[in-house]
Amino acid sequence: MNLSIQEFLQHMTNGISLGSLYALIAIGYTMVYGILRLINFAHGDIFMLGTYLTFYGIIFTPIPWYIIFILAPALTGLLGLILEKLAYRPLRESPRITVLISAIGASFLLQNLGILVFGGRPKAFPTPTILETVLKIGGVSVAIVNFVIPIVTVILLIGLNYFIQKTKTGMAMRALSKDYETASLMGIDINGIISITFFIGSFLAAMGGIMWGVKYPQLMPHMGVLPGLKCFIAAVIGGIGNITGAVLGGFILGLGEILIIAFLPTLTGYRDAFAFILLIIILLFKPTGLMGEKVAEKV
Amino acid sequence: MKKNGLWLKIGILVVALIGLFVINLYLDSYKVKVINLCAIYVILGLSMNLINGFTGLFSLGHAGFMAIGAYTVAILTMPLEAKTMNYYMKPMVPFLLNLNLPFIFALLIGGLMAALFGFLIGAPVLKLTDDYLAIATLGFSEIIRIVFINLQSITNGSLGLKAIPQMTNEFIAGKLGLASRTNLLWAWGIAILTIIFMQFLMKGSYGKAFKAIREDEIAARSMGINLFKHKVMSFTIGSFLAGIGGGLLAVHLGTIDPALFKFALTFNILLIVVLGGMGNIYGTVISAIVITVAMEALRFLDGSMNFGFFTTPALPGLRMVVFSLALMVVVIFKRDGFIKETLEKVRGRYAKNQ
Amino acid sequence: MLKINNMTMRFGGVVAVNELSMEIEKGQIVGLIGPNGAGKTTVFNVVTGVYKPTDGEVLYGEKLEKISHLPPDQIAKLGICRTFQNIRLFKELSVFDNVFIGSHLRLKSGLFSSVFRIPTYTKEEKVMIEKAEYLLHKVGLYEEREEKAFSLPYGMQRRLEIARALATSPKLLLLDEPAAGMNPQETQDLMEFIHNIKDEFDLTIFLIEHHMEVVMGICENIFVLDHGNLIAQGNPQEIQSDERVIEAYLGVE
Repeated sequence: MNLSIQEFLQHMTNGISLGSLYALIAIGYTMVYGILRLINFAHGDIFMLGTYLTFYGIIFTPIPWYIIFILAPALTGLLGLILEKLAYRPLRESPRITVLISAIGASFLLQNLGILVFGGRPKAFPTPTILETVLKIGGVSVAIVNFVIPIVTVILLIGLNYFIQKTKTGMAMRALSKDYETASLMGIDINGIISITFFIGSFLAAMGGIMWGVKYPQLMPHMGVLPGLKCFIAAVIGGIGNITGAVLGGFILGLGEILIIAFLPTLTGYRDAFAFILLIIILLFKPTGLMGEKVAEKV
Repeated sequence: MKKNGLWLKIGILVVALIGLFVINLYLDSYKVKVINLCAIYVILGLSMNLINGFTGLFSLGHAGFMAIGAYTVAILTMPLEAKTMNYYMKPMVPFLLNLNLPFIFALLIGGLMAALFGFLIGAPVLKLTDDYLAIATLGFSEIIRIVFINLQSITNGSLGLKAIPQMTNEFIAGKLGLASRTNLLWAWGIAILTIIFMQFLMKGSYGKAFKAIREDEIAARSMGINLFKHKVMSFTIGSFLAGIGGGLLAVHLGTIDPALFKFALTFNILLIVVLGGMGNIYGTVISAIVITVAMEALRFLDGSMNFGFFTTPALPGLRMVVFSLALMVVVIFKRDGFIKETLEKVRGRYAKNQ
Repeated sequence: MLKINNMTMRFGGVVAVNELSMEIEKGQIVGLIGPNGAGKTTVFNVVTGVYKPTDGEVLYGEKLEKISHLPPDQIAKLGICRTFQNIRLFKELSVFDNVFIGSHLRLKSGLFSSVFRIPTYTKEEKVMIEKAEYLLHKVGLYEEREEKAFSLPYGMQRRLEIARALATSPKLLLLDEPAAGMNPQETQDLMEFIHNIKDEFDLTIFLIEHHMEVVMGICENIFVLDHGNLIAQGNPQEIQSDERVIEAYLGVE
């Protein structure tokens, strides 16, 4: 209860960087849901794949880490795109639940492939030394990653925003998300747009994964499950389908999780329940989320 | 004609029970365990199929309700010594410490507790549809698990519970001078009752109303079916059965901890339901048995393999890779579930012969 | 029997029905017509409780009590049942089950009496089965009772929907374009059929239809909607000679 201002600031920076990570991953959920009305259950596992790819890139190739940090997410983006082609595209006309089951299957498939290929034992993330620096500012010691994460996130968000608002592809994406039927009649290349959506979502998730690895340097094949669920929740809180909402939801969740424990340490054990409780409250009282629009039922 | 059908069914049932009884005495204990597990998954598969397949509510909260049943049964049946042995980090609340009930009552209470929570959770959540319902029920299931990790003085937290009393056929086996095994008649008896229950339920007006809701909510509502009431009914019964299944699983395993009730457990049941065919009783039964046996039989995939001239390294994860692929293939290529389709083909052939 | 008072239904900025007032007397066959998008189905959706009206109210019954705040299932229990313009059968269920489920709302026995087949339930079920079979004979689908609903041809599906609605024992039956897609002979049969069920089950019928021969042939009273507004009401002769109706249908240069 008695937090000093230093401790409070430390928690804040922690919360903001965790929130940034949640936001990056949540965007992938929200973009896919916006267009396909599908919870991409495997998104958390794509995040895991991105982290592992970075790990192997740094360990086994002579390529400098900052290039790997771009290359691995790009590769992850391709994997996301392939996942959509194999697991979701054949079910485009099927009931939503059928696709959801396929997504759940894909999630377990990726996790277990992870165990098979990467091994079940945790691996240590090879953090570049420059990112391990700890800064001391007026009695507050903050790991430099806690600055890097929000900055990178903001840069990525600006880039995404530009892409969605200003480019033709971005506009097509918005059109599909707003009214799939009409947009599909307007001659938009739906498959192409959906592929790009999956690429971007997976790219951002892998970016989040890299920074996650820097912040919590332990890789496991199951590492994507909980962050995945939480980020989906963040997307729901913000209003699923709405990118700004997903970012907002990510920050609410990240900050909320850290600050609740900071102020009420007795609840530490319930940290992971916080997101789920928030989810249920939102679903019951404002199912459209904070920034979502209401969809009328058609009869 | 109808009478004959009934007698035939009773006959099959009697033969099955006698068969089980004999198997129980003479098969080795590992095989008996697998057969026992089949029955538990039959119950669990049917309970999920009631909610997801027959009523069309996509719930992913099964593991949570199973946890409630499992912990209730474990806590109510463990003798005092076992409890004091387990709760060494933090003592158990005195009220539960001395509570000890016969298995059947404990199991019933386990089911009822799960049903109660199903009702309490279902009432608000069932207003949601499709994927929102899925994620909310999954959320509740995780909350239940996290609460169980934290309620140390009741659940023993993440340490879990060990030495849960087993149900064996010692009484009869001992008299025949045979080694005692897990008593199959419990799980299978309850599984058979569940199958019969499901058949009668789905044959009746309420079961048909459930299906109507699955087919078209708007039409069902306009035909005077109170969606909410019927959904809560289905969800509560499903939760009850999940609790019973969880209780039986606790006794079957002898050891439980909160990590057991992760989403992966729900996934196994979903696999059974999808492969058996949504909304198909016999498909689910067959699929539960096939998948349980296959899960055991394919354990070798995770270990190392010896081909005489060379040995492959152990490949943990491969088994679940196979099962997740199976799920996806079934969903993508045969929407109706593999076993349901095969059953229909077989039935179709008989129909033509008659 | 049914009274709509100043009912307005708005979706966002769009006014689907604007201050509609109308009344239906017991035992009448009443038609609701109008060009596409006039708000006819919206009226049905409000009457059956699928939509809550933005403004105004719907009254029903001998005493004309307010029903517009009730959910659809309770309205159905009060005796208003409907068919759907775009056919909403329980597709994967058998033809028989579709009709059987129609009478579920009148079931008094509880869930467990149904599972354990307690005599009070089986007695009720027997009545339900007989009723479903009778209705299937009535609409000429008895032979197809084992088929899945979706496998029926379009015209049969329409008849099955009517049978299902009748199984709920309605007092007021709402038919949304019952003659859609029917040829002249079928249309003729349908008109006889509607008269027939009206007399047999003592119904009041409210129908939406585009086939003018049906509307003019069987409706005693006709309401005409255009862009959500009631533009005319009267018997077939009056409607046929009403200038506003002709304008609405033909458009004005």
